[in-house]
Amino acid sequence: MTSELDIFVGNTTLIDEEVYRLWLDGYSVSDAVALRVRAGILEQTGATAAVLQSDTMDHYRTFHMLERLLHAPPKLLHQLVFQIPPSRQALLIERYYAFDEAFVREVLGKKLSKGTKKDLDDISAKTGITLKSCRRQFDNFKRVFKVVEEMRGSLADNIQQHFLFSDRLARDYAAIVFFANNRFETAKKKLQYLSFGDFAFCAELMIQNWTLGAVDSQVDDMDMDLDKEFLQDLKELKVLVADKDLLDLHKSLVCTALRGKLGVFSEMEANFKNLSRGLVNVAAKLTHNKDVRDLFVDLVEKFVEPCRSDHWPLGDVRLFLNQYSVTVHSLDGFRHQALWDRYMDTLRGCLLRLYHD
Amino acid sequence: MPGKLKVKIVAGRHLPVMDRASDLTDAFVEVKFGNTTFKTDVYLKSLNPQWNSEWFKFEVDDEDLQDEPLQITVLDHDTYSANDAIGKVYIDIDPLLYSEAATVISGWFPIYDTIHGIRGEINVVVKVDLFNDLNRFRQSSCGVKFFCTTSIPKCYRAVIIHGFVEELVVNEDPEYQWIDRIRTPRASNEARQRLISLMSGELQRKIGLKVLEMRGNAVVGYLQCFDLEGESGLVVRAIGTACTLDKLSSPAAFLPACNSPSKEMKELPFNEDPNPNTHSSGPSTPLKNQTYSFSPSKSYSRQSSSSDTDLSLTPKTGMGSGSAGKEGGPFKALLRQQTQSALEQRGGSPHRFCRRREFPFFTLTAFPPGFLVHVGGVVSARSVKLLDRIHNPAFVGIMGNTRSYKLLDWNSFNSDEPETRDAWWAEIRQEIKSHAKALGCHAVVGYSESTSICEEVCILSASGTAAVLNPRFLQDGTVEGCLEQRIEENLPAGCGFCHIPYDELNMPFPAHLTYCYNCRKQKVPDVLFTTIDLPTDATVVGKGCLIQARLCRLKKKAQAEANATAISNLLPFMEYEVHTQLMNKLKLKGMNALFGLRIQITVGENMLMGLASATAVYLAALPMPGGIQIAGKTPSDGSYEQHISHMQKKISDTIAKNKELYEINPPEISEEIIGSPIPEPKQRSRLLRSQSESSDEVTELDLSHGKKDAFVLEIDDTDAMEDVHSLLTDVPPPSGFYSCNTEIMPGINNWTSEIQMFTSVRVIRLSSLNLTNQALNKNFNDLCENLLKSLYFKLRSMIPCCLCHVNFTVSLPEDELIQVTVTAVAITFDKNQALQTTKTHIEKSLQRASTDNEELLQFPLELCSDSLPSHPFPPAKEHLESARSNSGIPAAQRATSVDYSSFADRCSSWIELIKLKAQTIRRGSIKTTVTVEKASPMGEGNFRNRSAPPCANSTVGVVKMTPLSFIPGAKITKYLGIINMFFIRETTSLREEGGVSGFLHAFIAEVFAMVRAHVAALGGNAVVSYIMKQCVFMENPNKNQAQCLINVSGDAVIFVRESELEVISTQQPTANCQQSCAGGEVTT
Repeated sequence: MTSELDIFVGNTTLIDEEVYRLWLDGYSVSDAVALRVRAGILEQTGATAAVLQSDTMDHYRTFHMLERLLHAPPKLLHQLVFQIPPSRQALLIERYYAFDEAFVREVLGKKLSKGTKKDLDDISAKTGITLKSCRRQFDNFKRVFKVVEEMRGSLADNIQQHFLFSDRLARDYAAIVFFANNRFETAKKKLQYLSFGDFAFCAELMIQNWTLGAVDSQVDDMDMDLDKEFLQDLKELKVLVADKDLLDLHKSLVCTALRGKLGVFSEMEANFKNLSRGLVNVAAKLTHNKDVRDLFVDLVEKFVEPCRSDHWPLGDVRLFLNQYSVTVHSLDGFRHQALWDRYMDTLRGCLLRLYHD
Repeated sequence: MPGKLKVKIVAGRHLPVMDRASDLTDAFVEVKFGNTTFKTDVYLKSLNPQWNSEWFKFEVDDEDLQDEPLQITVLDHDTYSANDAIGKVYIDIDPLLYSEAATVISGWFPIYDTIHGIRGEINVVVKVDLFNDLNRFRQSSCGVKFFCTTSIPKCYRAVIIHGFVEELVVNEDPEYQWIDRIRTPRASNEARQRLISLMSGELQRKIGLKVLEMRGNAVVGYLQCFDLEGESGLVVRAIGTACTLDKLSSPAAFLPACNSPSKEMKELPFNEDPNPNTHSSGPSTPLKNQTYSFSPSKSYSRQSSSSDTDLSLTPKTGMGSGSAGKEGGPFKALLRQQTQSALEQRGGSPHRFCRRREFPFFTLTAFPPGFLVHVGGVVSARSVKLLDRIHNPAFVGIMGNTRSYKLLDWNSFNSDEPETRDAWWAEIRQEIKSHAKALGCHAVVGYSESTSICEEVCILSASGTAAVLNPRFLQDGTVEGCLEQRIEENLPAGCGFCHIPYDELNMPFPAHLTYCYNCRKQKVPDVLFTTIDLPTDATVVGKGCLIQARLCRLKKKAQAEANATAISNLLPFMEYEVHTQLMNKLKLKGMNALFGLRIQITVGENMLMGLASATAVYLAALPMPGGIQIAGKTPSDGSYEQHISHMQKKISDTIAKNKELYEINPPEISEEIIGSPIPEPKQRSRLLRSQSESSDEVTELDLSHGKKDAFVLEIDDTDAMEDVHSLLTDVPPPSGFYSCNTEIMPGINNWTSEIQMFTSVRVIRLSSLNLTNQALNKNFNDLCENLLKSLYFKLRSMIPCCLCHVNFTVSLPEDELIQVTVTAVAITFDKNQALQTTKTHIEKSLQRASTDNEELLQFPLELCSDSLPSHPFPPAKEHLESARSNSGIPAAQRATSVDYSSFADRCSSWIELIKLKAQTIRRGSIKTTVTVEKASPMGEGNFRNRSAPPCANSTVGVVKMTPLSFIPGAKITKYLGIINMFFIRETTSLREEGGVSGFLHAFIAEVFAMVRAHVAALGGNAVVSYIMKQCVFMENPNKNQAQCLINVSGDAVIFVRESELEVISTQQPTANCQQSCAGGEVTT
């Protein structure tokens, strides 16, 4: 006796969260059944393995049918074939587009191209995430990227509108799309200590302040691309380190203000010029695409690592960066105050987030 | 020119890409009704076209309005080649033809293609302007309401229940025409879908005419079926019960109709006085009833109604009344007399009825209070017929004709055709009628008919429950049956229907009778089998459960006559075994009655399958069933003895366990009250049936095991051993689950609102090697048991819940394939209250007996909450009770359910929020890019949609589906019309669509979607009495092909949640309980 056909169709589509997770994680039906057995479901419910197999198959088939709709979540809301309560629809979408930290760290900042897709088996082997799941996550990134690529308006809002994500997930995807578009290097060994959350935080600050959208809300790609003019202008900041008087003045003002307030005052005083040179040079180099990509590498090399080797506490870094950027306003010879603020406000936020072990 | 049909095509969405080059579609729509076709403009390059067409107007006869479906075809315009069809929508406009139903059909319909399935949606608005036509010779029957529900619909009142209506139409199946060889599968499927749509429209119209003739205005319990006879044609047949219904003015009104007699008098067409005879004989007739008896023109209307109404409660001889007068006590005699006199008055002579071959059958399974007087038992008849005798005339030329549907009536071609089928059915009905008569009953209730076809052999089956009915319902306007209630007052409620209607001294079969355990006045049988639902006033001990008897029998492959003979020979044995299984299983459960019994015999190439399902209960009025004893044939062997006693112990344990599980602990009755000793266990049967072959030869079958002691199972060979084993293999559902195949589960009456209707299909392939009956039986048994287990597992999140109306259908699509289709609904209930109500059930019934008449009448109207109004505990005590019992339940379980719903609200609201936000963003931007534009119609649609449906928290309005006639926790406020849909789906890329399971899963989901869309377009939010009447699946994996036909029907309704209605006083106990539940949660 073999089962040729075995289906269950409810007027309300049944979604089993547990099976959905197994499906999303890319397990085959037999693996999923084995995992469910191991989780003790047979003992809890008194079911047989055959029942479990049939149930799992059924859910997998349903998910497979839903997958097409999940590629365009508004379709899931308007389709008539599957009657799913709104809360369940939200859950389906949110889980389908959720990604693994380990996976996203591997592809963050990489071009979402066929080439990267070919490397997915390496990523799968390295992270222990099934290839199927890697593909799904990669395709999700790519799909979202394609849809919002050419749109105007806020990146996170566009994503939310077209994919019906929660705020949180929409912001994460905005970061992923932003990184993919600007191809920031995140894979270097130096950067391994940084989490996706760190990068996403920086991405949000950069989108807010450094993109075209920050100045003009009616431009295509406004949140995706960095404001080229702004990057060009950043060269003007070079005077802060090139002009020796200005640099000395800056240093003395900062030191005066922070004397007695910093635990690492002497180290700061000794390193001030190096640090300042580092920060300003990062700015000046941003005209070149190559250097834009290395932004995070540079920040870690030029600022985070020196401070960390001197064991600056985070509080001191914050005090220093605040004072460092505010003091520039008192430099009479410096004319690019607005430019400095646009650059330094974002950078300060990023650096504070990046400064940890 | 009695009608104008107006159609407007608004928009489409999610259309498929028809032009690969541009990834877009140039769509337009053809709207066709009868011979007239209109077209919309082509909407270029969009997957979400906005046609916003003018109103297309069709001026048509009402006859066509009833027969024809509106056909909407969506096409892709192609300049150079033929336009490609995207898909079709058929809309049945029948619901627009009655004044009380829907006024407009408007909404999104899935665009359906028989090859590709659903391909996007189309928004359509349909209206009908009907002109009054006073032509007496009209062929249409607009205005007759149809209900699938097999009880009086909730917001109506039965004025008169006229009786049985039936009709059938025959046509050639387009799939078997020669033209099918040259046309595409799509064209063939569409021809078939359209033909069946036309045929069912015609059938409905013809039945409507019969109803009008009977002076009725509605058909209740309407059941339409298709027989796909292959080469010999396509039969569409329907049966139903003609009624005169009266709409209750207020949906929330529980008031018994007696309270407003004057109003009803005006509305009823012929609301007449009760029979004068009953006045004289009924000693306690209250004055109240006499308010009805003053219609001066009654003689005229009586005359006309008698010739038109289709009721033949003719006791053929004086036997019924005569013997009852002697044996049945004064009460029964009275009823007989009433029936008799009523019939004489209406019909004149019994001869007349005989001549007209009319049948006192009712397709209803639940009845107004007082309607059902006695129940005799199940009556059934089967007949094996050969289809190859019918020769079809060449029909092809006519089918090509655009007016072909007019020729559906085969009479004009081959006058034999429908008459042959009619004669077959008439024969079977006659048999049923005579069986009923043998049981001393003049009517058959819960009546249904079915067929099973394999190649050229067809088994016709009919079954029902013989019963004695209260004649007052059938003849005059006093629906309340106040009189009968008065008469019955001297009997405790809830046992009257169990009392035997037949003559004790002249019993139609050996039976063991005792005095009723409830009233001790009348005789009752020891076991009662019926096809109806449990009467609402029946007193039940404990809970009920689903019982199934399953059986396979191998049969040699044979041709024509030989095959039919072989089948006819097998049938009696199958019936016997099915019956024995049912009886044994019933005993094993410790129960004594079956309701909703449905025995299905399916014929295949090389086997016959029997599947009987019923809901077993313990009726308080019937005696306690004895146990089962096992006896070995060869008592010499010691180890064998031991084995037997081991089995015996196992069986006794199972019975004890079942009694505990289903809470069967009937009150102890001392012997002297009964007056007769507790009956010795003795099996007897209520089933009376026969098989007739084409030769009309009738063989009676005695199912009573002769004089053998009934509960003794003899184990004389391995077969018998197997049987006993199989008895014990049926595992009870996991705790928290109950199941039944009736409307409601006996013993549970506190349903909560969560419902889940589902269809599950399984096909197994038998290994063709050494098939034996035993192996087959085991396979079939496992198939059914595993299916049930799977259902319990799938629905475990709904515990505590009950599977209601579990409907199994077996078919044998090929030699080694068995297909089982199950449709049922899972309903959650409140465990705490369930315990309470069962505890107090007896008290309740006692109390009910003593309450005044008004309450009696009120009671059955409140199916959902029927235990509440007469709850014997004062509220305060109940409060305590529920709080106490509550603490036993893990608090977390309830807490999560609460959380879930709030989460649902939250989530839906954030999705709404996102969309709102999205909308404002879009509106905010001045120029829009291509992508945004693409999306905007969707957004617009969603906005419009959102404001439309009553369920504000969802974009697509939720439509509930249930095979039951009610929705728990809700009141049905309006019936919008019947849904009767037929779909064909075919594929030539089976593997690519996920194999047979993927294909059928998608198709059934699509069928559900189309039903929901039609209901939503009618303005409804639920389908009740939903039934999947046919699911014919054929595959050819080698060719990578499969085809499936599905036929579904139901009643579209609008329901309102009880919580949304104003709080009625009867609901307060529930509220109290909920409060206390909440309290208990905090403390635990």
